[in-house]
Amino acid sequence: MTDATITDRDHDAGFGDYFALLKPRVMSLVVFTALVGLLVAPVGVHPMVGFAAILFIAVGAGASGALNMWWDADIDAVMRRTSKRPVPSGRVTGEEALAIGLALSGFSIVMLALATNIAAAGLLAFTIFFYAVVYTMWLKRWTPQNIVIGGAAGAFPPMIGWVAATGSVSVEAVLMFALILMWTPPHFWALALFMRSDYDDAGVPMLTVTHGRPATRRHILGYTVLLAPVSLGLAFTPIGGPVYLVVALVLNAWFLKGAVAIWRRDEGMAEADKYRAEKDFFRFSLYYLFLHFGALLIDHTLLMTGVI
Amino acid sequence: MTIKATHELHQRRLSRNVGLAIVLVGFAAVVFGLTIAKIQTGAPMQAFDHAVRPELTETGQ
Repeated sequence: MTDATITDRDHDAGFGDYFALLKPRVMSLVVFTALVGLLVAPVGVHPMVGFAAILFIAVGAGASGALNMWWDADIDAVMRRTSKRPVPSGRVTGEEALAIGLALSGFSIVMLALATNIAAAGLLAFTIFFYAVVYTMWLKRWTPQNIVIGGAAGAFPPMIGWVAATGSVSVEAVLMFALILMWTPPHFWALALFMRSDYDDAGVPMLTVTHGRPATRRHILGYTVLLAPVSLGLAFTPIGGPVYLVVALVLNAWFLKGAVAIWRRDEGMAEADKYRAEKDFFRFSLYYLFLHFGALLIDHTLLMTGVI
Repeated sequence: MTIKATHELHQRRLSRNVGLAIVLVGFAAVVFGLTIAKIQTGAPMQAFDHAVRPELTETGQ
């Protein structure tokens, strides 16, 4: 036995390290949006089938997270926010992350097909491919618009949930997809503004690095303006309702106000109050998405119980 | 000779083994639950297996 193997054993991973490969925090958003997509669909599913569908969508999302951590270990090691992830910290090897990612991808796709239908499984397969290959391997290190297109991967779960229930894509599913797609750029660029040195050090072409911070502020405002009609449009589809309409109006007004505030500031003002507006905007963006989907669920419940 | 001393790494291995056991038992439970749910909602109970099964065709002939 060589010294190297002894050192490796010292870094034996616990179960939690493997679980961390699946990006549990991202998964919580995936579970919630996929669940709403599945529940608001006009076709009811057996609770056990619904539970299994959400579980396998979550496992598929986790698998793409593991593949991302395998490919991006070099970037993750440099950035403060991600340096404690299992692969850069040495608790799990890159090969293990790759093996787990590939195995869970195949597993989740097959199981989703068996539990629901082929269309939903095909969408899940495409989502994993899109996140692991198109975003992680290709766009992330190549274009400052990486976030915009990569956001599509995060936008698929409610559509997969919808298709798991109905078997096909419709306008409601497309708008739920578009809502997350348009929400991702302002959400991430606000983060990039106040996590300033991280992306610079890692050499990832974030908009803040390639086009400068004032351009990033303009982009945040632009995407927030484009997001509003998508959000409000969903209110006038069959899955929208009065609760959703009110929530969407309030949230979009607030979000636009924050985006305008960010747009009007320069770096001097931002540094003076330690990026307060940017941090507030980022935190609010999380509520923005959760409350939109929560409102859809409330309207669906009201409809089912005959209140509206 | 048996080794009695436990190292911190044994705890991590235990957590891995117990975690995997829970995942496998959970998976078996999910598949069983799915089977029950599918049969309750009237999914076909047999599949094509290289023999002619008239009851599996749309018209039943």
